[in-house]
Amino acid sequence: MPSEFPIPIPPLPLPEAVPLAWYLILSAILFSLGVAGFLFRRNIITVFMSIELMLNAVNLTFVAFSYHLKSVDGHIFSFFVMVIAAAEAAVGLAIILTVFRNRQTLEIDEVSSLKL
Amino acid sequence: MDALLFLTFATIAVACAINLVLQTHPIASALSLVGVMGSLAVLYLLLGGEFIAAVQVIVYAGAIMVLFVFVIMLLNAAAEKKTKKPALRAVVAVPLLFTFLMLVAYLIQTQVPKGPGVQFGGFSGGSPADIGRALFTTYILPFEITSVVILIAILGAVVLARKEV
Repeated sequence: MPSEFPIPIPPLPLPEAVPLAWYLILSAILFSLGVAGFLFRRNIITVFMSIELMLNAVNLTFVAFSYHLKSVDGHIFSFFVMVIAAAEAAVGLAIILTVFRNRQTLEIDEVSSLKL
Repeated sequence: MDALLFLTFATIAVACAINLVLQTHPIASALSLVGVMGSLAVLYLLLGGEFIAAVQVIVYAGAIMVLFVFVIMLLNAAAEKKTKKPALRAVVAVPLLFTFLMLVAYLIQTQVPKGPGVQFGGFSGGSPADIGRALFTTYILPFEITSVVILIAILGAVVLARKEV
């Protein structure tokens, strides 16, 4: 029971309801981290996972706005994003397999035949 | 309670995302991505998206990440080699990304309407029944096109993964 607890716990200065802006800012942070991973990492698989992180951040925005507007449309969009991400993962990983088979490397800087 | 849950899982998500970017071995990055997806599923539940939360865990954290880990294992991917100097894009990206993030945060704080905020149970339109109704009435055409897209993706993956390419 909280009343019998020896030390009274001070109430945390947290709002009762989470502002919508917190969800959007979390989404922006995750998206920026995805862009950072896309730019910094040189392993092609990690770059691909950073893209998935960006898609997840966008999904969070869709679902948060869906709550705000009290409409199911955002969930549908987020569902379609997931489906397209699954298709993209299948094709992208097949391309990664082919690149590795032809070049024996996963470093994106070494796959530069199209560079002038 | 809502704010505490949000902050807990938002912290986990951001920590896992930072770990994804900083780890050099792809397997560590993949496991961090699973952490991000799991905590995002909890946030979807807080927002009233039961179906999306379940799909997030089953399709994203389950199927897609298993595919990633499978490919990492198959290719025997090792940790990235250290380079002497960072690439130009990495040097330019940090201030640009920081500026972008601050700009977005400012815009969100000023432009997003101050509603009553998000409370668990405030929206219950994300159940599988509601999603299914919207998917098979309003969004029937995109839904059917999606099946064609997936068929093409399967064919593409099979063609690309053949021996002779």
